[in-house]
Amino acid sequence: MKKTLISPFSRRSFLKTTGALVATTAMPFGMRAAFAAGKLTVGFVYVGAKDDYGYNQAHAEGAAAVKAMEGVTVLEEENVPESVDVVNTMESMINFDGAALLFPTSFGYYDPYIKETAPKYADVRFQHCGGLWKEGDPSNAGSYFGYIGMGQYLNGVVAGHMTKSKKIGFVAAKPIPQVLNNINSFLLGARAVDPEITCQVIFTGNWSLPVKEAEATNALADQGADVITCHVDGPKVVVETAAARGCYVCGYHVDQSTLAPEKYLTGAEWNWPHVYTDFVKKALAGEPIDNFVRGGLTDGFIKMSPLGPSVTEAAAKQFEAVKAEIMKGGFAAIKGPLKDNKGNVVATAGQAFPETDIALESMDYLVEGVIGSTN
Amino acid sequence: MTNISQNDVAATGRHPALPSWVIGRIESFGIPLLALIAGSILFSLFLMTEGKSPLEFFSLVWRAAFSSAFSWKNTLSHVSPLLMAALCVAIPARLGLMVIGGEGAIILGGLAAAVVGASCGTYPAFIGFALMIIASFLVGGIWIGTVGALRVKRGVNETISSLLMAYIATAIFNQLVESVFRDPASLNKPATMPIPDVLRVTDLPFLSTHWGVPVGILVCIACYFLLERTTVGFAARVTGDNIRAAQVQGLPVSRLVIGFTGLAGGLAGLGGFFEVSAIYGNANDSLISGVGNTGILVAFLARHHPLAIIPVALLFGGIEASSGLVQRRMDLPDATILVFEGCIFILVLLSETLYGRSDSLIRKILIAARAK
Repeated sequence: MKKTLISPFSRRSFLKTTGALVATTAMPFGMRAAFAAGKLTVGFVYVGAKDDYGYNQAHAEGAAAVKAMEGVTVLEEENVPESVDVVNTMESMINFDGAALLFPTSFGYYDPYIKETAPKYADVRFQHCGGLWKEGDPSNAGSYFGYIGMGQYLNGVVAGHMTKSKKIGFVAAKPIPQVLNNINSFLLGARAVDPEITCQVIFTGNWSLPVKEAEATNALADQGADVITCHVDGPKVVVETAAARGCYVCGYHVDQSTLAPEKYLTGAEWNWPHVYTDFVKKALAGEPIDNFVRGGLTDGFIKMSPLGPSVTEAAAKQFEAVKAEIMKGGFAAIKGPLKDNKGNVVATAGQAFPETDIALESMDYLVEGVIGSTN
Repeated sequence: MTNISQNDVAATGRHPALPSWVIGRIESFGIPLLALIAGSILFSLFLMTEGKSPLEFFSLVWRAAFSSAFSWKNTLSHVSPLLMAALCVAIPARLGLMVIGGEGAIILGGLAAAVVGASCGTYPAFIGFALMIIASFLVGGIWIGTVGALRVKRGVNETISSLLMAYIATAIFNQLVESVFRDPASLNKPATMPIPDVLRVTDLPFLSTHWGVPVGILVCIACYFLLERTTVGFAARVTGDNIRAAQVQGLPVSRLVIGFTGLAGGLAGLGGFFEVSAIYGNANDSLISGVGNTGILVAFLARHHPLAIIPVALLFGGIEASSGLVQRRMDLPDATILVFEGCIFILVLLSETLYGRSDSLIRKILIAARAK
């Protein structure tokens, strides 16, 4: 009777991981690293639900790709707050499950949690998504991220063609650099089509607030915005609400076209399966992983959703042209002369900030044409 | 059976099977334990409908929460704020008030400590600590004291007002952290200025847990003496048992209510101080962790007894600490632990109806035993 209560999967994984734990903890530290060369336990930590149609789902798709690799055990934990909880989770994965490579995927995990935990576990690799690894940070920590602003720029190009009201909308979580870069890129993409276009932005205040996201989307539609995109953890609510209000939508994080087949134009997506399998291959081969990894469309870190059925021929044409331009590398969305929406110069004539420019990762302004405030 | 008083006979109209104080003890230990066990059984049934093994669940909770030094560290990290959050419910409860908004006092107390601490870098550490503690205690105390004041001055239901004020506290906290108190360097996660290293509460010697845990335990013991062994505590309990009687006796009911709710909030604020000083080093939205809500459950299971809060907080700290391992090993969602806590809470509330009924049960058992 007792046996039937334990599902075969959980019992097997329980025995396997317990065995691995006993084996790894019994070994001296040096051998543990050697052990990791042939077999590897990889831990993924998500701040939200794995099936949020957004940020966390994008990472979980990456984890699924890693799971399929030979010799790799994948651990996943979802809904881990950006607090001391993530330290507990990481240490628990290391101490109970013998994880040797960790992917804590939320921005807020890095400082101070990973920075303080990494030195205690010298033979564990902490790969953090979105953080800014600097010289002097623990050498067994690293950060990686994608230039997804370019994806929002391409979203903007399509939006610029499709808007009739010349007003587009952006539902954003928090006024932090990565979000501001997306808002600015979206508007600048649209202005590459028509310089008259403005973009209204509404900040909800946090990464996952479905009710506020719906209210913000409705408010944008009420104000006449007819193409809407977002940067929140789970764009599902924004996509569905915007489509229900008759607006076009551009996706973010993952492909949301199934949520609004008619109204979905395109979307800026992460391509984590490619990135994660790459990291894990390196770890399995015992090769070093760079402490600071970034990549864009060219490097396969991000990709665009297939264009939706409503996208006009002219829009598709310019979309493909700009995309080809970006694929060449060195493309700059932020280039002079450009002012922010308070009238301060952010780039003088001739000055350009290509996607790789580290200055963009401390962006604190909204460009001219964006209606909204960073505080 | 010589201890049976005239009161017992007068109250029940017959001789009880055991002296009333013995029955009281049995009830106050046995009924919560029964509720805990029944809640665990209910949760086990839930797990079985999901095709999961309850045995595996409880062994994982044991492993993750209490089996090793690392597990204890993890558990104790949850305990410190839980103790204070539970006291914030238990103390007003002894005055007959159901305050459930301790979360608000924790986060605002934490914010006050962070703001004061960040500007105290130049003073000697003990002055800095004193100012941080006073600030967190005052802010938390005023917050929940207001709930008490609204109750006695305006007749506002304290349960509703404290709950709603917790939402207001969250909004105020976020607004302040993201505007006036924001450290301009905290780009991706808005936070207040970091407090200097000398004002960080350290870990205990030889243990990887911070001073918040022993201080919390001492505060629980102090609250026990305050409530059970002082005249003020007696006055508070009389007020809780029968507010009319307290008024007739000329007890200062308003002052008692405001004072004790203020104390409760102050202690919750102190919990916020430890979170900020020992763990985060600044105030950011990680402080809004829902520990105030788990504290309600701890206080109820401890029957609002300050000493009972200590083991119950340890138990729930452990349950919360095991969430990750349960999620990974059993492939269950993180909400599983919430379901478990919910099951226990429901049974604790249901078990309230059992108090005062065990006398007849014990009598039956005694009679059955004698018949054999």
